[in-house]
Formats: sequence, C-alpha cells, structure tokens
Amino acid sequence: MTEAASTSPPQGKEQPIKASEIDPKFKYELQKMHGSEKILKCFQCGTCTSDCPVARFSDSYRPRTLIHMAQLGLKDRVLNSDTLWLCAACFTCTDRCPQDVEVASVIRVFRNLATEKGCIPQVFKDQAQSLIETGYAYKIPDLRIKKRESQGLPPLPKGNPDAVKKTLKGVAFFDRVQKPQGEQASGKQ
Amino acid sequence: MANSKYLIFLGCAIPYRVSSFEISSRKVLAKLGVELAEMPEFNCCGLPFDPVSHETMLILAAKNLAMAEQVGLNILTLCPGCAGTLKKVNKILKADKSLKEKINGHLKEAGLEFKGTVETKHLLQLLKEDVGVEKIKAAVTRPLTGLKVAEHNGCHILRPKEFIGFDDPEDPQTLKMLIEATGATCLDYIDETECCGAPSVGVSDKIALQLARDKLNHIKMVEAQALVTVCPFCHIMYDTNELRIEKTFNEVYGIPILHYPQLLGLAMGMSPEELAFSELRVNAKKIVEQFATQGAKQ
Repeated sequence: MTEAASTSPPQGKEQPIKASEIDPKFKYELQKMHGSEKILKCFQCGTCTSDCPVARFSDSYRPRTLIHMAQLGLKDRVLNSDTLWLCAACFTCTDRCPQDVEVASVIRVFRNLATEKGCIPQVFKDQAQSLIETGYAYKIPDLRIKKRESQGLPPLPKGNPDAVKKTLKGVAFFDRVQKPQGEQASGKQ
Repeated sequence: MANSKYLIFLGCAIPYRVSSFEISSRKVLAKLGVELAEMPEFNCCGLPFDPVSHETMLILAAKNLAMAEQVGLNILTLCPGCAGTLKKVNKILKADKSLKEKINGHLKEAGLEFKGTVETKHLLQLLKEDVGVEKIKAAVTRPLTGLKVAEHNGCHILRPKEFIGFDDPEDPQTLKMLIEATGATCLDYIDETECCGAPSVGVSDKIALQLARDKLNHIKMVEAQALVTVCPFCHIMYDTNELRIEKTFNEVYGIPILHYPQLLGLAMGMSPEELAFSELRVNAKKIVEQFATQGAKQ
C-alpha cells in the first residue's frame, strides 16, 4: 500500500448511499470512545479540510467528509476508506476546530476501528514486528549501534522486547500482529 | 539554572538514521552546562502505534515514563514526536484515574508502575526555559552574522497546543529567537508552520514529497542559505529526500538542512567535524567555508 489515495474514489465519485448501509448507532458508539467523544459537536464548517496539508495534495482525503459520513452512520464506508490512512497527524485541524472536536483524534479512532477489522497498512505491520523483536519502532542495524562508540556516543540503551511483550499482552492489536511462532515464549507469567 | 540534569530519551528514529542530531545536541548541551543521564533502557515512545492502537501507544509511553520515574529525573527528548507523546500520556493518565489503573495493570506485568512524577521537555523547550536565550547568546564566540536561514518547527513541537503549550502554533517564536541568538538572520516565508510530509511516507510517498517540495520552494523563494530543523523526521524528509524531490519534480534547491544544535555549535566555535556535518546528505560546504574556516584563523 504505497498510494492509498489511488484506490478510493475521488470526491463526488462515490457510489450512491443505500439506506441499508446506514448504522444509526455508530455515532453514539463513537461518543463513548476515547478521542471521538465530541464528534456530534461538528457542524460541518470545513475548517479542518481547508487547513489540512494532506487535503491540498489529495483528491480523496477530506476530514470533514469522513466526520460527516460517521455522523450519518456510514460506518463501513468510513472504516473501509483507504484515505483514512493519509492523515499526517499534524494536529492542525485539532488546534483550529471552532467546535473543539479534536478532529485528528476522531480520525485516529476511525483508524483504530479499521485496524480491528483487519485493515492495517503494511508500514504499521513492519513497525509492530520491529517492536516485538527489538522494543524499538525500527530495526536499528547492528552496524549503527556499534558505530556509536566511534562517534563518541554512549551505548544505545536496551529496548527490552520481552518486557514490552509482557506489558502488551491482552492488547487486541498486539495479539493480532504477533506471529504464531512467538506464542510458546509467553508460557509463564 | 543551576544543576540542570535530564534523562535523555533518544527514541527510535535518531539512533536509526539521524545520529548527527544526537552528536551535535550532546556537544552543545555539555558546553551549556546541561548534564545528561542515560535511560537504563527504553522502548518506542508509542506514537507510531497510535493510528493502529491507542491502547498500545498509552502502554508504551507509560512504560517509558515509569522507567524514568524510577531514576527520578525529568526527560529530555530530541524528537518532538517522543516529547509530545510522553507529555500527552503523562497528562491524560494523571487526569483519568480509571485509565491510569488500567494501564498500570499492563505495566505490572513488567514490574512497573506509572505514577506521574516526571515531566518531559524537548530540546527546544529546554534551551528556551532552562538555559535561556541570554546564556546562549553569551556562549556564542563566532556569530553567524550575515547568514540567512529559514526555520522549520514541524508539527509535533507545537501541536496539539493543549499538550505541548510552550509556543504559539500559529506564530511560533522560540526557534526563531534561538536562531537569531547565533547571530544568523531567520527569514520569514510562506506557510512556515506547514507539515513536512514525513508522516505520509509509506502511505502515500507522492503526497509526502509534494508537501516537502512546496516547503522547499517557499524557502528557495526567500533565498535562505539553509533550513534549520529540530525534528529527526522533518530532517529526513528534507535532507534525505531533497535530491529525490529535485529529480521527481525537476527542481533545483541545493539547500542544506541543519539541525539547530549544529547551527548553534558552529556559532559556539565548534568544528563541523565535531558537529557531524559530514553526515548531512545535502552538502553544507558553503556555510562551513564561510564561518568555520574564518573562526579557525582567530
């Protein structure tokens, strides 16, 4: 998934909405979730979209539209939307929203829900794998770690992936990305 | 500021790809009298996992904070993403008792507990609040008079304001003030606070590169001799990708991208070698020739 925007229809080219795809409870579910509590305060002014740096260069990513769709109950459309993953989390929308909706956090909730459905871009799977193996978000090459000494830098503190795994036990996302062969390691508590 | 000692939290991106930022920061801080202690261990701050699992982010951040609490020192980060995440989670968990209990239930599995007793600052905030601009000015032995640069704060050093709060996201002044303290001139340009595009890399490289290109065009327009950053991701976006952007969009920039501590170090009389100028992808030779050699003669 390198060009998420290309697989979602551009603005105005979406399929017509069918009554059967509307989930009227979706917005109330969102109201109970940490980050999207204030979604119903959005009055569709469009400040988020007009100030969004990504929207300037994308044909499909529009935070206001995503929020409106969620308010209307178009749950599957929101969560299946590839454009969800284009948000750069710059928080400009959050800081400028006149209704204090915390737009970037709402988008983050959408992404978390999409993840639960199994929609995870590869880049996040790679980072999760690195976290499990090293405790860091990237696999820092041994050469880099060894080079620190010659650069006059102190040794890199350990990532302690075992402790990371222990604390993430029972987290749905973590269980999902864990590779099956890693399971036998967590026998004792 | 007597006896300021911080626990340095490196995060993942800096040891992975941007050691020049760490090298120059440590050099400058040591000379300014800021004492650093190393984390006994650390893991990813949590930010990269927030999009996929908010809970994972909270646990990872709280785990780092709990480890720092055991040492009993406040945290200094060089990465604004790490600073923002640690600040935010500290504040959220201190305010929400039931969430704190839930997260502590996870940390207990590794023998840790989050209490909320340490604070986090980014390098920029530390330089402004703990060291102070006057002390920085006093440490300048080779003023970069005549050098015209542009600044790029990056998003996470400023936003969300609710959690970061030490500067105005709509009109940030700290970095400008710190640049001017070196004797250099900090130029204004269009869309200074716009995102560099780095977070979109891997999801849509096209959008990421377009954002960076837009910035570089605006910086070129005011004829800045260098762009000064304070974030490893922004630095990668501009420095590592500048050549790629030039080729993709048929542009010519040749604008070196400096970490703020490199600029400051130069003004404090340090050599480009000490400040890891050789690690930069975009050659900063002109600036080095203009200032570093001139200083050596004195």
